[in-house]
Amino acid sequence: MSELIAYLIVGIATGSIYALAAIGFTLVWQTSQTINFAQGEFVMLPAILVLLAVKLLGVPIPVALLLGAVAFVLLFGVGFKRFVVDPMLPHGVLPLAIATMALAIIMKEGAKDGFSAEAQSFPSPFPSDAIQILGTAISLQFVMTIVVAFATIAALQWFVTRTRTGRQMQASAQNPTVARILGIPVERMVMLTFVINAALAALASFLISPIYLAKFSNGETIGLFAFIAAIVGGFNQVRGALLGGILVGIFDSLAAAYVSTSYRLAVPLALLVVIILVKPEGLLGRKEERHV
Amino acid sequence: MRTWIIGGALAALALGSPVLAQDKVKLINVSELSGAGATAGTNWKNGIDLAVAEINAKGGILGRQIEIVHYDTQTNPANTRAAVQRAIDEGTYAVLGPVFSGPIGASMQIAQRAEIAQLVGGEAANLTAQNNPYIFRTSLSQTAAMPKLAKALANDVKAKTVSVVWVNNDFGKGGRDAINAELAKVGIKVAADISTEQGQADFAADAIKVKNANADAVFVYLNEEESARFLRAARQQGIDKPIWGETTLLGAKVIELAGDAANGVKGHVGLSVDAPVPGLKDFGRKFREKFNYASDHNGIKGYNAVYMIKWATEKQKKFDKKGLADTLRGATIKVSEEPGILMDTVVLKNGDLDRESFLAEVKAGKQEIVAVLPPVGP
Repeated sequence: MSELIAYLIVGIATGSIYALAAIGFTLVWQTSQTINFAQGEFVMLPAILVLLAVKLLGVPIPVALLLGAVAFVLLFGVGFKRFVVDPMLPHGVLPLAIATMALAIIMKEGAKDGFSAEAQSFPSPFPSDAIQILGTAISLQFVMTIVVAFATIAALQWFVTRTRTGRQMQASAQNPTVARILGIPVERMVMLTFVINAALAALASFLISPIYLAKFSNGETIGLFAFIAAIVGGFNQVRGALLGGILVGIFDSLAAAYVSTSYRLAVPLALLVVIILVKPEGLLGRKEERHV
Repeated sequence: MRTWIIGGALAALALGSPVLAQDKVKLINVSELSGAGATAGTNWKNGIDLAVAEINAKGGILGRQIEIVHYDTQTNPANTRAAVQRAIDEGTYAVLGPVFSGPIGASMQIAQRAEIAQLVGGEAANLTAQNNPYIFRTSLSQTAAMPKLAKALANDVKAKTVSVVWVNNDFGKGGRDAINAELAKVGIKVAADISTEQGQADFAADAIKVKNANADAVFVYLNEEESARFLRAARQQGIDKPIWGETTLLGAKVIELAGDAANGVKGHVGLSVDAPVPGLKDFGRKFREKFNYASDHNGIKGYNAVYMIKWATEKQKKFDKKGLADTLRGATIKVSEEPGILMDTVVLKNGDLDRESFLAEVKAGKQEIVAVLPPVGP
């Protein structure tokens, strides 16, 4: 039993990080009806920027974390919206989706050539020791990761549903034309969505890099799991992304433990197939209809 | 007058080019500069660059400067095959690399067909068991290292059971088969046999399996980045049993990436810049001065590879590609003859090496040599 609890905690911890990344998929979907195929690279890059700040500027880690997060939000929150989404969206969602694929390659290869092809150590903000609870060794790092990720998602949910700005964001996403008539600054709300997405990606990066190590290729795994999580939970719901992330994390952990590390990716993919067949809008997603 | 100048220049070019070409000997390195093997391949490449710079500064090999070219295999066997073929087509004197055993196995027949020596960084036992007279290691093979490790686990740790964690590639499978056979010989049972994947990012589930197996010791045989990730995961799960490994687990890059989680790890190392051997210490100092970080064993292997070529070429007194392999096979290279070889080394007929090796422990983020082990052969 204690073994199962340990696997579940590991699954929930990594799943909560996937959830942070998956929320990015839902936010971009809600505002631009497209998929950001660079979302995995969005989680990979902030850690690299932090290490670059340490290397080039010689600043201590806390300062580098702040600099890395701010630089990333400016470049891939504001910059992504201004220089990728805005020019592409008037031409339809397909060119934008393809542009995000190109962006993923540029970010990945840029990190490899501009920083390093090798993995780099990334400091954990939490202690790496284990504590014993009811005979089960539980990693403090994983516990703290769960606490931070859940607190962040709860705060986001509160912001979106309980604040005036959050409700304006929702209105802008649901029907921008009506939102404009009601005097909501839709452009500003959309920009805020992209800034939140970048900030969540940076947080996910800082939580996962101490476990995965910082490496240019991390985005492939994270992007895939976050994508599966977003579909499983529901592409148009923040709480769906949370549920999807946790489920994918747990399935992945249990698959590694009881199936095989070779086939661990197949299990979340099987879950994805079942969801697409049984509940295509996702476990907590809303059905969307489009008239052509 | 102008015609004379142009004519003179053309004549100089026509006469000069062959001389310039003869002044150089081309060596092509085919290694993992990106992908899962980037750490190993980059160290290997830097070791090569250091040796080439030294040799060229001292006048080259038999008066010819070395022209070094590096190709990135991206740790992909198909890319490695293409790169080895390209190296041969471009006239390399010998093929350097790759480092990972899988890509070596996929490409070694190409160099064999061309009758060109291939000096590699791989340690998988099967590489030199295929009667390929052109393959040469630059480190001890698993068959030489594992008996020493099993003996240490039995005598020093007094282990009755061991959990074995290995990477599911040619390197890992070879190591796992070799250590399991040696553990059986000394009466140690394998409590858990845990396979992991190359490039695996999350080792938490594997660490929980190891913890629950509750063996007397853990033997870890993974590549660099995965070793570091496993050690971090082991620390997070509170594994307090002795963790042992072979060379890679105690490498400089693993220690750097794993941080505090590497402390206390013990194992056998074939090559180390911390070994009490003047040549190795001197290499470590020069490497750090040039590249601003500590070399792991792969840096030493790359460095050794170039000096093995230099020694054999000077021995045969000519640049003969096939003769290079013939000279290396069965050779004994002494530091007194070629200081760049760093340690007295015997090249066996099948391309394996035999020489001294070490038992080491990581203490306070540094590898410390605790014992020097003699060569296997007489």
